[in-house]
Parts: sequence; structure tokens; C-alpha cells
Amino acid sequence: MTELTNLTVTQIRDGHRAGDFSAVEVAEAFNANVAGAKALNAFIVETPEHAIAAAKAADADRAAGTLKPLSGVPIGMKDLFATNGVQTTAASHMLEGFVPRYESTVSAKLWDAGCGMLGKLNLDQFAMGSSNETSYFGNVISPWKRKDGGNAALAPGGSSGGSSTAIAARLCPAATGTDTGGSIRQPAAFTGISGIKPTYGRCSRWGIVAFASSLDQAGPMARDVRDCAIMLENMAGFDPKDATSLNLPVPDWEAALSGDLKGKAVGIPKEYRLEGIDPDIDAMWDAGIAMLKDAGAEVVEISLPHTKYALPAYYIIAPAEASSNLARYDGVRYGLRDLPQGAGLQDMYAATRADGFGPEVKRRIMIGTYVLSAGFYDAYYTQAQKVRTLIARDFDAAFGACDVILAPTAPSAAFGLGEKMADPLAMYLNDVFAVPASLAGLPAMSVPAALNREGLPLGLQIIGKAFDEQGVLNAGLAIEERAGFNARAEKWW
Amino acid sequence: MLAPKSGGKMSDYRIKGETGEWEVVIGLEVHAQVTSNAKLFSGAATAFGAEPNTQVSLVDAAMPGMLPVPNRECIRQAVRTGMAIEAQINKYSRFDRKNYFYADLPQGYQISQLYHPIVGEGSLTIAADEKAGLPEAKVIGVERIHVEQDAGKLMHDQHPTMSYVDLNRSGVALMEIVSRPDMRSPAEAGAYVRKLRSILRYVGSCDGNMEEGSMRADVNVSVRKPGDEFGTRTETKNVNSVRFVMAVIEGEAKRQVELIESGGTVVQETRLYDPDRNETRSMRSKEDAHDYRYFPDPDLLPLILDDDFLAECRDSLPELPDAKRARYLAAGISPYNADVLTAEVEAARWFDTLLDAGAKPVAAANWVTSELFGALNRMGRDISDSPVSPERAAELLGLVADGTISGTIAKAVFEKMLESGDAAGVIVEREGLKQTSDTGAIEAEIAKILTANADKVEQYKGGKEALFGFFVGQTMKAMQGKANPQVVNELLKKALG
Repeated sequence: MTELTNLTVTQIRDGHRAGDFSAVEVAEAFNANVAGAKALNAFIVETPEHAIAAAKAADADRAAGTLKPLSGVPIGMKDLFATNGVQTTAASHMLEGFVPRYESTVSAKLWDAGCGMLGKLNLDQFAMGSSNETSYFGNVISPWKRKDGGNAALAPGGSSGGSSTAIAARLCPAATGTDTGGSIRQPAAFTGISGIKPTYGRCSRWGIVAFASSLDQAGPMARDVRDCAIMLENMAGFDPKDATSLNLPVPDWEAALSGDLKGKAVGIPKEYRLEGIDPDIDAMWDAGIAMLKDAGAEVVEISLPHTKYALPAYYIIAPAEASSNLARYDGVRYGLRDLPQGAGLQDMYAATRADGFGPEVKRRIMIGTYVLSAGFYDAYYTQAQKVRTLIARDFDAAFGACDVILAPTAPSAAFGLGEKMADPLAMYLNDVFAVPASLAGLPAMSVPAALNREGLPLGLQIIGKAFDEQGVLNAGLAIEERAGFNARAEKWW
Repeated sequence: MLAPKSGGKMSDYRIKGETGEWEVVIGLEVHAQVTSNAKLFSGAATAFGAEPNTQVSLVDAAMPGMLPVPNRECIRQAVRTGMAIEAQINKYSRFDRKNYFYADLPQGYQISQLYHPIVGEGSLTIAADEKAGLPEAKVIGVERIHVEQDAGKLMHDQHPTMSYVDLNRSGVALMEIVSRPDMRSPAEAGAYVRKLRSILRYVGSCDGNMEEGSMRADVNVSVRKPGDEFGTRTETKNVNSVRFVMAVIEGEAKRQVELIESGGTVVQETRLYDPDRNETRSMRSKEDAHDYRYFPDPDLLPLILDDDFLAECRDSLPELPDAKRARYLAAGISPYNADVLTAEVEAARWFDTLLDAGAKPVAAANWVTSELFGALNRMGRDISDSPVSPERAAELLGLVADGTISGTIAKAVFEKMLESGDAAGVIVEREGLKQTSDTGAIEAEIAKILTANADKVEQYKGGKEALFGFFVGQTMKAMQGKANPQVVNELLKKALG
């Protein structure tokens, strides 16, 4: 029998539908992989019973002829999504043991579509980080190893590092991610999988632990572009409970998938050519350009002149919003409460928040508090908002000349755990290519395109016009079809 | 010695200090709870007096991942309120977060509107009221109205060492109505709050119930020598009655004058009012003021109001107190009665229904303000649960107007209506109270009375005309009050030559 855990979402869906295997068999196979991969630390909570229950329902639905779009597909759920009755921590000590009595809109839609949950996936604490090293529950370890004879543990990317690792290691065929400044795309690139951040507002934020509200956007991570399209269709949709939700119908992205780019123009932003960047990155980018040409697209050079201000603006806006969004974790109503003997309210706040937040979360709360404070607000926050507007205008202008933009996802392949933790700025630089699309709210995806000279995956990023997920997915598919990326991490765990 | 002096023109309210006269400058920020079944950003209920923490949604408790969604009805009420004070309505407004930590504030921020409020500049007029020390009407500017969330409530008496939190009020919609510093006396401030309350109740955007905290005021007070620049102001928070607002101003102005005259300076600070001791005390100074780190709430899009929405808001506004008062005056109702009838929306609505049922305005106004209010007062009831409906009252007044019963009998019939709940006509019929214009019967009684009082007839004819009333009284008594007084008058005049 085919190894069920090697199947994609599409293959599982179709195979289950055709009666090639039962959903329970699929769930059991993935549950076994999850149970056998503790060394990767991809899951904070494992929920095999949830996966089995959904699988039984899927098998019954097949018997009854009432199959749902994703019947029989077990997935991983990033532990930023509130799941009813299952601990939801945002990888923080603050929310350790917190069990919501409500279900996030996105996860509810996936369960309604027939998915089962294999577990809650590890991430950077409150989604703040690019390596998964800020998780209170210990960092996720990438299944990939450098082919340099060493055995360095590598970062799975972040913040959706549990998701990327679980998919790359075949612990689940797909998973949810969230992307605030690259948190779906960068880990996808680091682990050789695909991931798409849709247009801001496509997926409801209701029930997702907030990091930076104006940037946070859920999206799927999976093995290939088609799986991303299928997953996204079942995650997206208008939600009256989220005031920033887009009131638009969800297109049938899967049905309109096409790697034929005839008549399409692909923009290559010259500002993304960084001095001193890893030559493997540039080589992959050039190869990507050739692939899209081969798919029939015209390639044009474009300019996004305010790119260099994107990262600084992002690291003002995101922490500003986070400093306010995380104020609710105060020890009063839920989560951690540290109440030293004889302490008053202020002491409780101080003790709870000192203990409940990790160093990176504290750093961002402090930055955010600073940039919003009286006397600094205009110099930082207002200025950053202006930059944000300029960046959005850059994209608007560029999309006058092209349909999608092609760039690297990240400036490097996966780095070793611990290599960048001492230098937050070096860590932040990881998001240099991802952040502009986030600031502009545009759909963007990463697809695996090549291995670097150390044998580590590299990802190409496609950025599209607002609401044009189809254009992004199609360009992604064109690359996928030509890159022939089928490398996978050798099992060592 | 300091003594406030009132009388004369409004702006003549002065504090007499050692160094001369001082003028007080007052601005009010009124927080009015928006009448709505649901909170500003969540679907939770808003009833007053519910068990603690029974009207709390996941959003109100700021659970992880919860998001605010604006409640259209709250926005509508704020817009209608703005229209009622002829204010600019901002088609573009935005919500901002005001960040601070407190146990009654689950989100760690209050969603408010600092930079782009929904309602801009407007005004309202306080009426002249000699007795209250307001010799002429005055226009008070309103700078803005914005909508914001209320906080929860801490309870300190439930546990020896811990405080409890009740989140029922958390997220309830408030309108903050900010006046210009246009008031110059406690009386003006009192009249402003009463007028504002009246308008809110007419519009239906706030029940104006100050005891239940639906309306409360932050009172800004400063003093200056007349003609000087504004002095430094203090802000006394959460004052919850008109009387207390006036008391705060009086006390705070006096305190400031005494402070300045004894060589001190007023510091900009927030103060609290203690009604039991009738004094304010410092809560925090400007130096200790929070840095609220206001910024646009990224969970909410800007609020854009379209023309249809605005038209609906405008069309749904009722006749407002000033317009109603003008209409009553035009109908011949006295200014005093017009003021009394328009002050409370329920009374005005009741009175309008009475007029609609056919009652004559002047007689109806007199009857409502004396008979009806007197009776309700006696019974301790509000007009909204008056035992007599406007339709029934119109019938009673109609019986007087068409001469079926006299005014005196009408009073008795009204009492019986209150007791029995029966209609006036039924009572009149049953008790045979119809007044008679049967000249024969009246003439017969008159003849008897004149015969029995021959001496008085002589005196009357000798010029003591005041005795006419005596003959009227005797005749009415003999007719058991049922004679038509006008007919009695005519017949008596004839009989007495």
C-alpha cells in the first residue's frame, strides 16, 4: 500500500472519495507519525482522538454519500487558533493551560469541511519570531540538515515553524499558519513546502490570538500549490464577527488553477536585489524568472522604491499594535496569575507579565509602548503609517505594469538554531522580503524552488494584487511544475 | 468672607473674594449611556441591575482572539443625538484605543474616538428661568460627541482581602458630550445638564437616569477676574446628579479663589466629589496623568456614514423640546405651562395625545399641570403609568367644554375616574352629574332662595353687588352643583332686576 502519510491533501481527498483507503487509516497513519516525532517538538498538544473522530465521521459520510470538501483529511492547527476544549497557548507561559470554550472561525470552517485535528502546532511565542526559538514550549527543530557533515539543528522558520516542520516531516499533509510579517512564507521556504498568505481580510481573525491586528492573516501551509488552494477555499470567507473581514465570495481557486501564464506579466523588483546576498538566492531567483518565462509570462523590471523603509516601519507598527493587543493578559480573568504574598493589583500585573511573557514578547511590548508614547508618537507611529501608505502605493504603481511580482521569500536558507538569537536585528532581517506585502495587505505565497549548495530548500515568493489569490496560485503552480522540487528531509528523528 | 451673589444678568454670578470679584468658567463632559439592547462592540445585553457578570460576552471579557464589531444602533443613536443639537455629523469617524491597565478594563484599553469623533460642533439653548437665577436664555456650545466603551465595576466589599470585578457594564456604549467652557454659574450648568437630559430623552438615545449611572458628568471649573484669560482648570470626575454638579462648581470655585488669594496656584488635576462631605479632593495631578498611548484601533475600519443612513437618522427624530414649546406658546398656552409640559418627554407625549384626542390646548394645559400632576403627585406615580389615559382625559375635558358638566363637577368626576377606572361619561351618567340648563327648574330654586333671603336681596339692590356671588352659590348648592353656571348667572341677573 502507498504510504498514506506521503499523500497530499488532494490525494487523500480523492483517494478517500474513491474508496482506496478509509479516513481512519489515514488518521491512524498520521497519528503514528506525530507520536513518533517528539524530537521535532512540532506539537504542543497532540489530539489523535480528534483526528480519529473526524475520520470516523468522514467514513460514515462516504458511506452515506454526504462527503464534505475535505472529508478524511487530518491537519495540524497552529496553536494561535482558539480550539474549543483544547488548550490554546500561543506558545506562551501566559496562556499555558488555557482551554477556550469557543472555536476560531477558521478552524471551525475546516472542521465543518470535514478535516480532523492531529494536534496544536508549536510556534514562536504570540507569533513573534522567525525561528520558533521564542516558544515557551521549546523550539521546533527542522527535519532538514545541512549536507556539510555536521549535525547542526536548524530553524524551521517562524512563526509557523511547527506547521512547516510537521508538513515537511510528513506529520500532517497540511496545516494552518498565520502571517503577520512573513510567518507563513518564511517557514515554508525554510522547509521546502508551500504556503500562502491571502489578501488581508480573506480569512477571519476571530478566535486567532492577536499579534498585530492590521497585519495578521491566516493562511494554509501544505506540500503543493493545489493543496494550498483547496485549504484556502475552506478557510476563507466573510465573517460578520471580524470588522476587517472582506465581504467577498470565495472563488473556486482549485478549479481555476493553471500554470499557463501566457498574457501575464511578471514584475521583478530591482530593490529586492540586495548587496552581498547569498548567491544561491540570486541564482534561484534567476531560475524562477526563467521558469515563468517558460510558462509564457512576460518579465518586466519594476521598482518598489520605498522597500528599504518597510522593515523599520513594520517593526514600529507591529509592536505598537502588539503592545496594546497583549494588554489583556493581565492575570485578572484567565491564563497565568502571579500574585505574590500581600501584592496589590499593580504588583500582580508586574509579576504576571514578567513571568508570563518571554524576552522577545517583552522586547516588542516595550518597543510598541515606546513608539506610541506621548512625544514619540508622531516621530514613529505616524511616520511608519505614512511609510506604509507609500509602500502600498509602490505596489499599486508596479501592478500597473505587471500581474504578479516574483522575489525570493527569504534572504537565506534555514539558519542554525541559536545562530541569531543574540542579535534581534539580524533575526528581523529575515523578513526583509516578506514584510512589504504584509504592510500592503497583498496576497503572497512561497513555493519551494531549489536546494542551496548545503542541500537546504529555498523558496520563491509570488506577490499578487489585492484579491488576486488566483494569479498568485497560478504563478506558484507554474514554478512548481518546472522546478520539479521533490527533495525531502531524510528521517533522523 | 466669600459669598456667591446671584441675580441680575446671568453672567453676573460672582465669587466675592478678598481681592475683588471672580468669575467662574465651567465646561462639562457628560457621559450618557446609549439606549440599546446590546453593547457597543458585542451582542451582550445591557440591562441595569442584573446579577454580576451575567451580561458579558467573550468580547466584553477580552478573551484571546475576540474582536469588536460596531453596533449599528449605538452609532445611529449618537448621530441622532448630534442632529438634535444641530451639530455637524462627521461622515468619516474612527475609533481609537486609549491604553491603560485596570482590573475593570479587560482589554487593557478603552475603545473611544479621540482624533475623529462622530459628531462635531453643535449647541443647545438653556431657557430663561428667573427663579433659578437665569434671567435670559443662553446658547451653550457643544464641542463634540464621541462614542466609547464603558468599563466594568470593582466591588471591594465581597471579600476581606480581594476585590471582585463585575463586567456587566464592560463595553456598554457611552456618548461623551463635551461642552465648550461657556457656562458661568452653577445655575447655568444645572440648566445645561437638565436641558441636555431632556433632549437625550426626547431623542431616545439615553434614558437620562442619573441615579443608575446612565448619565454622569465630569465638571471642569476654573476662576478668573472678569475679562482676564482663562485660569487653570480642575476636572471633577463622575458627578451623578444635577444638584451635585452645581455643588461641585460652587465648592470648587470657592476653593480655587481662596487658594489663589492666599498665594497658592491652582494645579491642573483630576478631583473626586464626596457627596457626604460636599467637598472635592485631589485624585491625581497632571504630572501623574496616564500616557494613554492613543492610536487608531486596528481591529476596526473607519466608520463611513452614507446619506441614506443619515436621512433615516434625521427622519426618525421626534419634535424636540424647543420646537414643541414654541408650538404650545402659539396655541396660547402660558410660558410656564409650556415649560412644565415640555421638560419631560413622557409628559409632552401624554399631552400631545390629549390634544390629538380633541382637547382644547389652554384648558388641557391647565388641567394637566394642576389636576393631573396634582393627582399623580399624590399617588406617587409617573405620568407614564397614569391611571387615566389621555383619551379618557380628553373625554372628561370635552364634557366640561360642551357644558355637560361644570369644572367643579369635573374635579369630582376625575377623582371617581381615578378610583374606579371608569370613563367620565359613564360616571356622569351613573351618578346623574349632568349639569342642567333647564331654566324652569333653576328659576324655581332661584325664586325660593330670593324669598328666603329677602334681606340680602334688599342689600344687593341697595348697591352691595358682591352679594351676587352668594346667590350663585346658594343656587348651585340647591341644584347640587349640576346647574350650568352661565345659565344660573343669567337667570339670577334677570330675577334680581
